[in-house]
Amino acid sequence: MKRALLPLVIFLVVAGFLFKGLYLDPREVPSPLVGKPAPQFNLSRLDNPEKKISPKEMLGKVWLFNAWASWCPACKDEHPLLVELSKTGFVPIIGLDYKDTNQDAQQWLDQAGNPYVANAVDADGRVGIDYGVYGVPETYVIDKNGMIAYKQIGPITMEALRDTIIPLVKKLQAQ
Amino acid sequence: MLKKITHLLAVCLLICSFNIVAQEARPMQDNAAVEVQVQRLASQLRCLVCQNQTLADSHAELAQDLVQEIREMAAKGMTDKEITDYLVARYGDFVRYSPPLKASTVLLWLGPFALLLAGGFGLFIQLRRRQRMAVDAPLTEEEARKVSELLNK
Repeated sequence: MKRALLPLVIFLVVAGFLFKGLYLDPREVPSPLVGKPAPQFNLSRLDNPEKKISPKEMLGKVWLFNAWASWCPACKDEHPLLVELSKTGFVPIIGLDYKDTNQDAQQWLDQAGNPYVANAVDADGRVGIDYGVYGVPETYVIDKNGMIAYKQIGPITMEALRDTIIPLVKKLQAQ
Repeated sequence: MLKKITHLLAVCLLICSFNIVAQEARPMQDNAAVEVQVQRLASQLRCLVCQNQTLADSHAELAQDLVQEIREMAAKGMTDKEITDYLVARYGDFVRYSPPLKASTVLLWLGPFALLLAGGFGLFIQLRRRQRMAVDAPLTEEEARKVSELLNK
């Protein structure tokens, strides 16, 4: 009787692993930056290249840092959600315009709406590397002390916003 | 006159095409040692965009940016470890093709040996059981009679 059960046990263990594997995304590389200070930068603003923007300006606020580009289709998927979120005034969104041209980026924002308080122009992708960006869009939740609290890899979905990002921002704002 | 202009145009085009060729072959470096270090590191680090390729193999834009970043760090005289640490700080252990041994990677490092041990143990048990079966099962009288009957035929 025991012997007959052995193949079943092995099958269940393997099936368990495979089942778990179904819900894992190998493209999601956990970021070592979560829980660490957001890397500093000092980049030109998209709307006014004369002016600079740096994360220091956001100290004391909880904010979203959203890496995007006008050439990135997945960014366009999440864009309407960002626009809706920005209308509520719930949390400021700073954009990182990653390896883009100012003209294309501005054109896209004019056309689709601008959810960003400001955009930092990362033309050569250096700041993207500092933040561990490996595919746009990626979004960071940064707390009042300038620490990275969460990283969303890939487009922000309704579920991610409702179940993860909004509750987290609320919690951080209350701190 | 027209001929002159065509000649000039031809020369211009030729020069332009040289430029294009020159851009293609970008990573030429005067410092061979740096380039050796860059190639060594790039073949040990993973491209995050196409995850089954090394940075050296990948043509993804991010991979090329990272190789350029490594080249600049190598030119500054940073060691392999310093450069690897720089990338691990940003992208995590995932960028390394040989992950370090720590709590989260124990299964990865020791799993195969654990499986080998379990298999070896199973085999050992199985063989011993078989051996015991052979030793511990003397023929019954009935069987002994049948054997001699068959042998005497």
